[in-house]
Amino acid sequence: MTTFTVNGEERTVDVPGDTPLLWVLRDELKLTGTKFGCGVAQCGACTVMLDGTTRRSCVTPVSTLEGANITTIEGLDTPEAEAVQAAWAKLDVPQCGWCQSGQVVSASALLYEIPNPTDEDIDNAMAGNICRCATYVRIRQGIKDAAKALET
Amino acid sequence: MTHQNRRQFLASAAGLTIAVALPMKGRAQSGAANAFAADGSGSFAPNAFIRVAADDTVTVMIKHIEIGQGAYTGLATLVAEDLDADWAQMRAEAAPLDNEKYKNLYFGLQGTGGSTGLANSYTQMRKAGAAARAMLVQAAAAEWGVDASEITVSKGVIAHGDKTSTFGPMAAKAAEMTPPEDPPLKPASEFVYIGTDLPRLDSPSKSNGSAMFTMDLNLDGMETVVVAHPPMLGGTVASYDDTEAVAVPGVTAVRQIPQGVAVYATSTAAAIKGRSMLSVDWDTSAAETRSSAQMMDDFAAMVGSDTAKTAESAGDVAAALENAAQTVEMEFRFPYLAHAPLEPLDAVVEVKDGSATAWGGWQFPGFDNQSVAGALGMDPAKVAMVTMLAGGSFGRRAQPSAHIGAEIGAIAAAAGRDGAWKLVWTREDDLHGGYYRPMTVHHLRGGLDADGNITAWHNTVVNQSIMAGTPMEAMMQDGLDPTSYEGAVKMPYALTDMQVDWVRAESPVSVLWWRSVGHTHTAYATEVFLDHLLELGGKDPVQGRLDLLRPDMARDRAVLERVAEMAGWDGQKVKNGKGYGVALHESFSTYTAQIVEVEDVDGFPKVTNVWCAVDCGVAVTPNVIRAQIEGGIGFGLSSILHDELSLAEGGMVEQSNFDTYRVLRINEMPNVMVDIIASEVDPTGVGEPGTPPIGPALANAWRALKGENVTTLPFSKSVGA
Repeated sequence: MTTFTVNGEERTVDVPGDTPLLWVLRDELKLTGTKFGCGVAQCGACTVMLDGTTRRSCVTPVSTLEGANITTIEGLDTPEAEAVQAAWAKLDVPQCGWCQSGQVVSASALLYEIPNPTDEDIDNAMAGNICRCATYVRIRQGIKDAAKALET
Repeated sequence: MTHQNRRQFLASAAGLTIAVALPMKGRAQSGAANAFAADGSGSFAPNAFIRVAADDTVTVMIKHIEIGQGAYTGLATLVAEDLDADWAQMRAEAAPLDNEKYKNLYFGLQGTGGSTGLANSYTQMRKAGAAARAMLVQAAAAEWGVDASEITVSKGVIAHGDKTSTFGPMAAKAAEMTPPEDPPLKPASEFVYIGTDLPRLDSPSKSNGSAMFTMDLNLDGMETVVVAHPPMLGGTVASYDDTEAVAVPGVTAVRQIPQGVAVYATSTAAAIKGRSMLSVDWDTSAAETRSSAQMMDDFAAMVGSDTAKTAESAGDVAAALENAAQTVEMEFRFPYLAHAPLEPLDAVVEVKDGSATAWGGWQFPGFDNQSVAGALGMDPAKVAMVTMLAGGSFGRRAQPSAHIGAEIGAIAAAAGRDGAWKLVWTREDDLHGGYYRPMTVHHLRGGLDADGNITAWHNTVVNQSIMAGTPMEAMMQDGLDPTSYEGAVKMPYALTDMQVDWVRAESPVSVLWWRSVGHTHTAYATEVFLDHLLELGGKDPVQGRLDLLRPDMARDRAVLERVAEMAGWDGQKVKNGKGYGVALHESFSTYTAQIVEVEDVDGFPKVTNVWCAVDCGVAVTPNVIRAQIEGGIGFGLSSILHDELSLAEGGMVEQSNFDTYRVLRINEMPNVMVDIIASEVDPTGVGEPGTPPIGPALANAWRALKGENVTTLPFSKSVGA
């Protein structure tokens, strides 16, 4: 049994300790906004916030999460996240959409750390999130637009 | 293929495909008739595509799968235009399977592909909207006792004098009106939505995690299944030992199915772990055991084979080569490519009391309906198909063999009871699973006269056929598969003595269309070779092409001239240490020209800017068009720089995940400037045509900078290695 907080709610799950957080979220807690793309921390589709930093949930065993504080795309409500999601809708960033939960989580975390990121900052923060539709031009612009919106 | 040729090609294809799928005829799913029947809530369904509800929402049944290309938004735009709806009231839903009502008008059956979605729907969806509008107007005329011709409709409001109504209150009455047979369409001068930037209908749900894809389905009592597939293409199960697998907590069963060994579990994690504990012996007697390097050499040796078939010829190329002042030969080698859509392949099926429902990213739902039903031993009419949003396709889900339908059907059949199952492919399944972009060799020979003019052009293409062995084989004429060499034939240039030959290679490795199909390699080989010949002849890449274009190639000419303007082309191929290259290529009747700016960073290209001019006829949704071109360029660039699916000696696939199958990331994405040519020609597709020119434009820029032709792809294999 492991107990942790997800999106502000305490949850206890009874699964083998080596179960990746990704499948606990998707299969046990039915939080399917967090996506599976590779299973080996290469694509970023499964990105969540874990105790204040981004984490690839597909390689995070649930046994390491006793008392942890997790935020998924469903619970992401920081000013940065709201600005990112507004910019995403305004620019129509998503195409197929499968990677975008992870992109939004990573982008929101970047803006929390660096309110006015340069192109290089964006590359460094976002290079772990693959988008096969290659929406990268708009992801970059969306982060800049969100940064601008947060200034005012 | 030219516009007309492609349509004829697809039209003839359609007839044959329908014939193949004949058992399906007349047994359509419940479909729109049920989905959109008046339900007593005051809603109005004038046709199979539109439902106007009492709450004023207008829902459009979308006959094409939404895979990111914008089908939901594009088709809803067409309806909204001639319905005079307000964009805020528009909704989109996936249409059920109905090969008649929801057929792709170019294919003759329901299906998405070949960049045809918007194009084949253009008039159909506008007519559907116009019919609904006419019936709402008739209803208002009757309600208000006025002449219908005096009623106006704008942004979802019906008006006459001081009387106004939104659509909802008129819906029930409109349902009593007779649908007009051939409602008139607006002239382009009155367009309100077509040609404007409307927000995509699916952006909010895809930005907050609420969009539902197949893998997100969680049905009551559902089990998740992963399958141990053969590690070599064409392999089968010889025997297996599941002792350790069934001991994994959560694993409920292990069954052999035609596709491999299926592990059933109460969770995805348990299924994956269970599969890792299986011990399977594979029968590889029918598998490909050559390395892909060996296969490539074998393919190259087939150039000049007497099995070559001539796909196109004009004049006398042999004599022209003989008489040339200078001849040039180049051989290009293109690897297998995986599509690697970020949502791996998946499907869900529920079997209950002799009927079933199958959810999936069905791109040809009729094919999958047959394969699910076939595996279950059910009448296809008993299997309802639900098309879900899909996390990318790039051709992967457009599956004539319908193998995912067959696999989820086999999983349910092997369980031997009512229930619900979700099939999940992992990334390893995806990369090892075949259906790759065909590995291809192009061997080109060209001749120049003493003035540097191109006088001879001979291209031999060697690759496997995509259509052979599928229901589409019937479309092949004279043993030729046009998808193997499309783009190498029907070139826009005046080449009087030319020939294109195709040699069909064989392998147990399955192949499939991959975003822009044959054009993925033909555009590269032809536009790099052409650029090289122009350079040898002392011609400018832009002016040289313009001079060579046939007089009737006005749309090719226009995009090339436009892109040259956009990029400020001045004939200098190297400026400030950066290289510039050009490519022009029509595909799917959409014309694109691109100019690339590239830097040499530690011996490897970094593309900094791409300019693209595109002519896709009427630009219905310009913002979606720009997005597709941007994405098409990024997808193409990924393959040109990095992607390769290779087989080791013995036939094992060498890449298993994104650590070894390296795809484009944000730090490698160039700026992309897109300009759309204004046009009143009927629209053509944009999902694929952005992809072909990026490779040759980059290669031409790189040659300008470095003096070397890159002929073995990807770049990572040839450059700076």
